Amino acid sequence: MRGWLIPIVLLAVAVALPFAVPTYYVQFVAKAFIMGILAMALNLAVGHGGLVSLCHAAFFGLAGYVLALLSPGYDPASLLLTLPAAMAAAAIVALIIGALALRTRGVYFIMVTLAFGEMLFFLFHDTDIAGGSDGAYVNAKPEIAIAGHRLLDLASPMAFYFVVLFFLVATIALLTMLVRSPFGHALAAARDNERRARSLGFPIYRIRLIAFTISGALAGLAGYFAAAQFGFVAPQMLGWHLSATVLVMVLIGGLRSVTGPLVGALVLIGLEEVLKASTDYWKLIEGLIVIFIVLALPGGVRQLWPMIFGERATGQASRQATSAVAEGRNG
Amino acid sequence: MDLVTFGVQLLNAVQYGMVLFLVASGLTLVFGILGVINLAHGAFYMLGAYLAYWIAAYTGSFWLAMVGGVAIAFVVGLVLENVFIRRLYGRDHLVQVLLSFGLILVIDEAREILFGKDVHSVAPPSWLARSIQLTDNLSYPVYRLAICAFCLVVAALIFFVITRTKIGMIVRAGAENREMTRVLGIKFDVVNRYVFAVGIALAALGGIVIAPISTVFPGMGDGMLILSFVVVVLGGIGSVAGAAVGALLIGLTDTFGKVFFPSVSSILIYVLMAAVLLWRPSGILGRREV
Repeated sequence: MRGWLIPIVLLAVAVALPFAVPTYYVQFVAKAFIMGILAMALNLAVGHGGLVSLCHAAFFGLAGYVLALLSPGYDPASLLLTLPAAMAAAAIVALIIGALALRTRGVYFIMVTLAFGEMLFFLFHDTDIAGGSDGAYVNAKPEIAIAGHRLLDLASPMAFYFVVLFFLVATIALLTMLVRSPFGHALAAARDNERRARSLGFPIYRIRLIAFTISGALAGLAGYFAAAQFGFVAPQMLGWHLSATVLVMVLIGGLRSVTGPLVGALVLIGLEEVLKASTDYWKLIEGLIVIFIVLALPGGVRQLWPMIFGERATGQASRQATSAVAEGRNG
Repeated sequence: MDLVTFGVQLLNAVQYGMVLFLVASGLTLVFGILGVINLAHGAFYMLGAYLAYWIAAYTGSFWLAMVGGVAIAFVVGLVLENVFIRRLYGRDHLVQVLLSFGLILVIDEAREILFGKDVHSVAPPSWLARSIQLTDNLSYPVYRLAICAFCLVVAALIFFVITRTKIGMIVRAGAENREMTRVLGIKFDVVNRYVFAVGIALAALGGIVIAPISTVFPGMGDGMLILSFVVVVLGGIGSVAGAAVGALLIGLTDTFGKVFFPSVSSILIYVLMAAVLLWRPSGILGRREV
């Protein structure tokens, strides 16, 4: 009973939110949700698959560029055509990079994904595929139209918010199903003990590659909406600083849950907003906070609950957190 | 392409590869011995270049800038190891990646507070600021030749220390089996601290020697970090000889790629990396099992 209550209340709050706050905050929360989708997508590889990828920003940015390139001048693009195209492009590139990178393990995997991600960055930065280092504009936001009748126009912040919310819920549902499926268990088994999983006959390479590809496609989903929201794509969208920032979100939210990274994204983006408003040197503070979180809370902000509310009231949360810490140390 | 142009490009390739080797050998040493992946390595390359600019601007001496920059980087390395890095030993890579990412943010912002974000140039020492006339319209700067010679000396020194001295023996033993080395009574914590500081100092040294022939700018560390990673992946992680092979390969690929295939030159090194990954996933001189 209680397991259902909290998500439904949160969803109700998310639905009611745009009617209660100014447009700026509607757009801000939509942006946070988009980063949440990206962080949850990344966590399928990092948390559930044990694959620390530093190239997810490249999938994110690539999908944004696909929208920019497919948008016809000053007319809106069709969502039903361009969104699948953007996600497919991200998935194909993730498949290729994953096929190469998954030949390696551990720290090699990190370095190889970082390098291939930067390759895509330089591809858009150094060539004039779409404006080179200046980036490109998405002049009109995508729409869904049938026979000239506009059913959905993302130019309205309200409509945009609800579309993003829909895809956020869809992503959570998909990832939850995946993680709980036999496939998800096999993926987790390969993370926890690769040799044993292999000797049990699981095709580790294939399982990881599928997870990496799905993860990349979902990162593309986030990138598509990010490009639609900003109306602009630049090579920095593909850069590894974004990949690392999203990894921070994943760590803040906790590695072992589906929705944890969403919480991490909301926390980090909220934090950045506050820091940017209060100091010029916000990156310094953010860097110090990142270092503090890594050293003090390797199980994510969830570890704070027992410290704030006491052990007994939050026994379950603290158990999860400590087990996550233990797993993190073993991993 | 005539022989003289080819020779010039070859020299450029070797010189570029030598500087890459300086930086990447620091990265590979830190990983091989400490087991820590340090994303902030490129930030120290950038910091070295800015320190060189700053000291040279005050004292007018490139040599002082070089010695001072390396010394400052070394001390910063000792402090960072003591405060942060030693908490990462034996932790999973994700934590190491994120802590060093936090360090990058801090170092970048510290650089902006101390030196600003302007683009600078550094003058080479006056007696190296000449060019050798090769043909009527082709000359080669002496400073680039000096970089080659200097990097060769540093590389020889690294190999000598690692293969021929007691310190090198301890370092190699530590890379092989940390626990056993400690059990044998070696103060490995101290070794770790100095290895990290040397790694950082090598990154800074790379930034210092490159400063007179390139510009000093805030984003220079990022590009170098990626290149160092590619070098380490090519050569095999933890192997200094591998770093040398990888760095020269990258230098040749990048320089001649720009000459022969200018349109795709920026992705050629990644194609090379992909090819090596298909052929030997743990690097050209890496161990089989990784």
